[in-house]
Amino acid sequence: MTQIANQTSSSDSRAVAPAPDGAGRRARPDGGVAIQIKDLSFFYGNTQALKGITLDIPKHRVTAMIGPSGCGKSTMLRVLNRMYDLYPGHRAEGEVIMDGDDILSPSLDLNSLRSRVGMVFQKPTPFPMSIYDNISFGVRLHEKLKRADMDARVEWALTRAALWGEVRDRLAAPAGGLSGGQQQRLCIARSIAIRPEVILLDEPTSALDPISTLKIEELIDELKRDFTIVIVTHNMQQAARCADQVAFFYLGELIEIGPAGQIFTSPRQKKTQEYITGRFG
Amino acid sequence: MSDLPQHIVKSFEQELKHLRDMQVEMGGLLESQLAAAGAAVIQGDSAAATAAMEQDPAVDALEREVEQFVIRLLALRQPMAGDLRQVVAALKISSDLERIGDYAANVAKRSIVLSQFSLPFKLGGLAHLIRLVQENLKHTIDILGDYDAEQAIAVWRADQPVDDIYTAIFRELITYMMEDPRNITPCTHLLFIAKNLERIGDHTTNIAETVHYAVTGEVLPEGRPKGETSAYMIVRPRES
Repeated sequence: MTQIANQTSSSDSRAVAPAPDGAGRRARPDGGVAIQIKDLSFFYGNTQALKGITLDIPKHRVTAMIGPSGCGKSTMLRVLNRMYDLYPGHRAEGEVIMDGDDILSPSLDLNSLRSRVGMVFQKPTPFPMSIYDNISFGVRLHEKLKRADMDARVEWALTRAALWGEVRDRLAAPAGGLSGGQQQRLCIARSIAIRPEVILLDEPTSALDPISTLKIEELIDELKRDFTIVIVTHNMQQAARCADQVAFFYLGELIEIGPAGQIFTSPRQKKTQEYITGRFG
Repeated sequence: MSDLPQHIVKSFEQELKHLRDMQVEMGGLLESQLAAAGAAVIQGDSAAATAAMEQDPAVDALEREVEQFVIRLLALRQPMAGDLRQVVAALKISSDLERIGDYAANVAKRSIVLSQFSLPFKLGGLAHLIRLVQENLKHTIDILGDYDAEQAIAVWRADQPVDDIYTAIFRELITYMMEDPRNITPCTHLLFIAKNLERIGDHTTNIAETVHYAVTGEVLPEGRPKGETSAYMIVRPRES
């Protein structure tokens, strides 16, 4: 694996590496809707966690979902790549349209959906394998690449995740040896390696120190050029720093959605104002 | 804003209250400063003039205190939404209040020169202007205490008569100067006094706009009715 490093010794971790084998082919101009959510309701058995949510997630923008615990924001995120399918008794009603397909449709191929919608969790979840294999693992499930192409893809993903410069000389080392912040960037690299259209981030920095957090936030800003980002965060300042659009959820309802600048300076709804100014409860 | 529940963090609630209290305190100082300056001009009360001028440093000190407090709140509390608007508003409002103090002090200062002249005309218009500006200032301080958007709009509109009277005084004073060159010195001071009062009116309007934004998040439209037209005025001597 060290030969990859030698081939591209001039790569900087912040530089955008050229996309190998058309990895950047999805680079699209701004505008348009990536995901259209229409009258979405979600049930955990008899408990309704989402009530008639309708919202658009714009392409190449960061949409942040905020709200108190249990408001439905994480449920919303999990619907977007059908994570709930893993649990019996969980069901969704309504429509979630992505590229013309309703992703709630039972006939939808889940593997294909999850290759289009990547997800990164609160705690870094590196696989117990090398840094290189962490990235190539997911790619192998969806694509058959030659070794050189896979090397290039791994480097591309790590570069886009602003990690390449830090790990290029130890790609064969176990991923568990990386710091928390590096592990989280590795997980982001792993999700973008399969070239999804949308990346879901579920509190991606809540387990990280402030500097690692800022690195992830800077990364989010970079990544939105190529991907659509949806982030759930408890950190209001983080939503303010990262998001273009902010959606405030409360008790399973979408109370307000708008540009971050408006939501954090002049929210229209009293409930939003109460929550973001710390007057709740 | 008053219909919102209290902050979970009580000390933040207290800090925001302290911020409002400081502005109201500044306003209270200004009310008495302007009253003293008015008495100094109309009644030639030199003790009142001195009192008005001596109050200025206290107003300046409070402005600096508000500034420091706002910077501290921004750094430590990172306020959002209505809180953010209120904190930033405090910064703007304290600066407007400080300017009002400067103008009031200048009115008092000029009254001392003025008292050395015996004026061949009455200061009825100016007395009216002083009363109006005092009333507007009082209402402005009230909205700082209540944070009431409706009242803020009322104060915002109330500046029009101030502008009208100022324009009338401007014309009147020019006429006196043309009638007798010995009036030029006192009338020039009176012109500045009237202008200072008119500027105080403008700052109360600014404060009303800022309070309205802080409460509602909405910026008032640009098109406030303005009556100050002295900039275009020409008064010609009568042909004899």
